[in-house]
Amino acid sequence: MPEQKDRNVILYDHNHDGVDRRGFLKCMAWAGAGALCVVQGGVLKSYALNDASKMQMAGKSDLSFVQISDSHMGFNKAANPDVVATMKVAIDKINAMPVAPEFILHTGDISHLSKPSEFDTVDQLLKSARAKDVFFVPGEHDVLEDNGQQYRDRYGKNTKGDGWYSFDKNGVHFVGLVNVMNLKAGGMGSLGTDQLKWMKDDVSHLSKSTPVIVFAHVPLWTVYLEWGWGTEDSAQALSYLKRFGSVTVLNGHIHQTMQKVEGNITFHTATSTAFPQPHPGAAPSPGPMKVPAEQLRSLLGVTDVNYVRKRHSLALTDSSLE
Amino acid sequence: MKRLGWISSFAVLMMALVLIVVPMLDKSAVAGRPAAVEIKIDNFSFVPPTVTVKAGTQITWTNKDDIPHNVVSEDKSFKSKVLDTDEKFTMTATKPGTYTYYCSIHPKMTGKLVVEQ
Repeated sequence: MPEQKDRNVILYDHNHDGVDRRGFLKCMAWAGAGALCVVQGGVLKSYALNDASKMQMAGKSDLSFVQISDSHMGFNKAANPDVVATMKVAIDKINAMPVAPEFILHTGDISHLSKPSEFDTVDQLLKSARAKDVFFVPGEHDVLEDNGQQYRDRYGKNTKGDGWYSFDKNGVHFVGLVNVMNLKAGGMGSLGTDQLKWMKDDVSHLSKSTPVIVFAHVPLWTVYLEWGWGTEDSAQALSYLKRFGSVTVLNGHIHQTMQKVEGNITFHTATSTAFPQPHPGAAPSPGPMKVPAEQLRSLLGVTDVNYVRKRHSLALTDSSLE
Repeated sequence: MKRLGWISSFAVLMMALVLIVVPMLDKSAVAGRPAAVEIKIDNFSFVPPTVTVKAGTQITWTNKDDIPHNVVSEDKSFKSKVLDTDEKFTMTATKPGTYTYYCSIHPKMTGKLVVEQ
């Protein structure tokens, strides 16, 4: 099918299902559990892990995987005194899927204080997950004190620099970036020149029809400057991805779901398995949101996000789990 | 020779002053009196954000947040370990100057320490 200029028409429709490869996102993510991501014909869709009917989609897809984030193992304050229990629930959700996901992506803040025991607990919990593999990128909580040496020893065996890497799965190119190191006073997340140089080279050999999924801890778009929820030099990284038909950026860090579509790039942030954080500017600081225990899950709830192709806009619907 | 001897005696005396009196001054600062300042880390901010002290003042940062923070000067002249909730970092400001410091985990958090002679 020839590409047409009008943004309101379907540009690619390989499956003849009326789905535009660059412009469709339907995402339902339960805050405590993570999201199932399905790639079909180059289009990434994500579904809540408790939506069984949608789970069937995974079986028909080219690739399905789950993103979890911000497990903050070791956190024990009022916002969630039992982060082990909520992470177990997330893994139970993953294991209840009719088709096991290809792998799990953990987008950082595995631990709360970079303690070996915290990483050990997460590793132990993840062993019970059905997914064959787990891929990580570090959060700022994983690289305290030692410039990330412990993190790289554990999770970054075949990575470059501070722990960045790429891999291919079923025709999809994945790029894992590190934006939590060498942060400057007054600034936000940072990729740095070495990593940018590597990334430019890494994606240069790909054909423009290759679906690209970039994942990093801190959002690669400025969600809220005042709280540092963004990455200083992300525009440079995104410029290397302009020529691709389908680009998806998956982040964590802000402990809530948010989506944005800009040109060929769909941005998505995942919720935490540990505790919620306030909406941008809704509290004096981005610290853990303390709510009564019985409200925790209702607050985390379900976020149903629909990308409306013709309007080129996102519709968000929140509903409680209970 | 006599003059040289006088100079060396003077040098020895000065050394003694440095070795004996300065630590005493330092101790008086530790003992409290006016030379101790508290900075709170609260709501992802250093409170107060700017502090001016005399050289020799003891400064203590206390993390009141549920999230760990640290205290790092931009010129790397001082750096705390990561402070979990209610943990403290104490140092004595010795060298006069203006120091911009920040939390290297949450770099939007910045503060200023002015040390006067």
